[in-house]
Amino acid sequence: MGLQVQERVTVKQRSRAGGYLMLLLAVAAMVLPLAWMMLASFKDRDEIYTVPIQWLPASFDLSNYADALAAVPFGNFFINSIITTAVGATLKIVLALTTAYAVVFLEFPFKKFVFGLVVFALLVPQQIVIIPNYTLIADLGWINTYQGLILPGLASAFGTFLFRQHFLTLPVSILEAAALDGASHWTRLWRFVVPISSPTIAAVALVSIVSEWNEYLWPLLVVDRAEMMTLPVGLTLLQNNDGVTNWGVLMAGTVLITVPVLIVFFLLQRRIVTGLTSGAVTG
Amino acid sequence: MAQLATLAPPPARTAGRPDKPPVHGAGGQALRKRRTPWKSWLLFLLFAGPNVALLVIFTYKPLVQSLQYSLLQWNIGSATARFVGLGNYTAWFTDPTTPNVVRVTVVFTLATVAGGMVLGLSLALLLNRKLRGTGMARTVVVAPYVLSGVAVGLLWLFVFDPNFGVLGAMLKAVGLGSPDWYNDPAWALPMIIVVYLWKNTGYVALIYLAALQAVPRDLFEAATLDGAGPFASFRNVVLPLLGPTTFFLSVTTLLSSLQSFDIIQAMTQGGPLEGTTTMMYQIYQEGFATGRAGYSSAIATILFLVLLAITAVQMLFIQKKVHY
Repeated sequence: MGLQVQERVTVKQRSRAGGYLMLLLAVAAMVLPLAWMMLASFKDRDEIYTVPIQWLPASFDLSNYADALAAVPFGNFFINSIITTAVGATLKIVLALTTAYAVVFLEFPFKKFVFGLVVFALLVPQQIVIIPNYTLIADLGWINTYQGLILPGLASAFGTFLFRQHFLTLPVSILEAAALDGASHWTRLWRFVVPISSPTIAAVALVSIVSEWNEYLWPLLVVDRAEMMTLPVGLTLLQNNDGVTNWGVLMAGTVLITVPVLIVFFLLQRRIVTGLTSGAVTG
Repeated sequence: MAQLATLAPPPARTAGRPDKPPVHGAGGQALRKRRTPWKSWLLFLLFAGPNVALLVIFTYKPLVQSLQYSLLQWNIGSATARFVGLGNYTAWFTDPTTPNVVRVTVVFTLATVAGGMVLGLSLALLLNRKLRGTGMARTVVVAPYVLSGVAVGLLWLFVFDPNFGVLGAMLKAVGLGSPDWYNDPAWALPMIIVVYLWKNTGYVALIYLAALQAVPRDLFEAATLDGAGPFASFRNVVLPLLGPTTFFLSVTTLLSSLQSFDIIQAMTQGGPLEGTTTMMYQIYQEGFATGRAGYSSAIATILFLVLLAITAVQMLFIQKKVHY
């Protein structure tokens, strides 16, 4: 009997040890490429182009960063990314909130149809409509402009869907009280619905910010002047400048675009995780 | 201010609108119903109009236009176009490169969707165990998902560098040589798949983990007490409960996998020898690099129809299979 218990304990211990080993492997697989990128950004040419590979740079030399900043207008990329992300994500959230409010709280004969129209757009990948959209933006003369970058991706299908699901769970009594006080729908939305929905809004907003920041195909198409490029598009300018990839400089540029996002992610990971999972849970 | 508004006494309101009788309780409902139709139209237009208009202008109208373009022989930016009927479609279906594009698309999609689900579920099961550090590990595993696809592609390009990359060095350490990832079409596709999985598996794991945490622990314990081994209890108890999540993930990951562009553009630009040219990548290449906008629109239409068909099949499947 005692032997059996002991046996079971060792089996359990062994399985725990196996679990930790797997956990370690998974974390290592995720961290290693990022670490390789960061280390390379500090290495000089001799340390990169060497066999066998050299793991650590001799010093934390910033010359790759200086070279990257000198080769392409990174400051512009940053500003353009911040403008398109801030404006795009804010407007997107506002559009999603007002549409969801209309669909849930307003009386209108074709409400269901409108909601269906919005949600069906989820099935139409933006990439499939790039040619007509590009033609339209080009005809408007909006190539290399912020409106050209922002407008085509502004409509919100996913956010509307999530906010609608959330609004349906709100206590009706609060809104009825507001209605009796004569508050307009506009006031009801911003004074009552938005404050009590702030966790959901924050979660959706963070996910929108991340996807706007990383958006690539559309900005690649509508911008061809370096000063108007966003970070992901501008980063590729560092690739193959003279036929041979200068890994140190390219990795320095890659660090500049990934590390801010990683910092934000680690600081706000609870909220971002909520945003990422909320679609699955309600859907 | 909000507080004040809520506390404001009713008379102020009736005083402000002398034409309307005082309302009590359910009377508000009647009042709302009696509102003139144009007013509720206007209100709805104000709230939902801008979003719907943007969707019509930038999603639905271009969808129809794309269909029209697909019937034209037309180069992007060109003033002249010629109607060719279904010519672009027959051209694509009979083009000698098409079987390869279809093969690359199918391999890439199957590997990333199925591979992502299996890896993601395994990770989720691991993270759901009562081990120390799982919270931190979850954060680390999801982190690549929020990074730019271009940046991820570029940093992995250096990991894969056959001469100076870390992967080659690790392969050498266990006595293997590094394949020529960049120039060998047989290896470029697996490279793209690995990078895509690295970036996106954390998301799948996260969704599965949320679903697993909703499974009552009693269920696991009851199954174990019944003498079921860990595998049997997983297959008979946990897996069926994950059905809806699996369905959700199969739809979303399939949609995003078929649309993936960033990683391919950053790493291989569809090469070598079109070894990583998916249909999505071909749409971009034909439309903007070659400039054959009509031909590109035909491929876009085909891809869209495939997406619709797959989604419809998944919907039917779920209606039959997942009902609790």
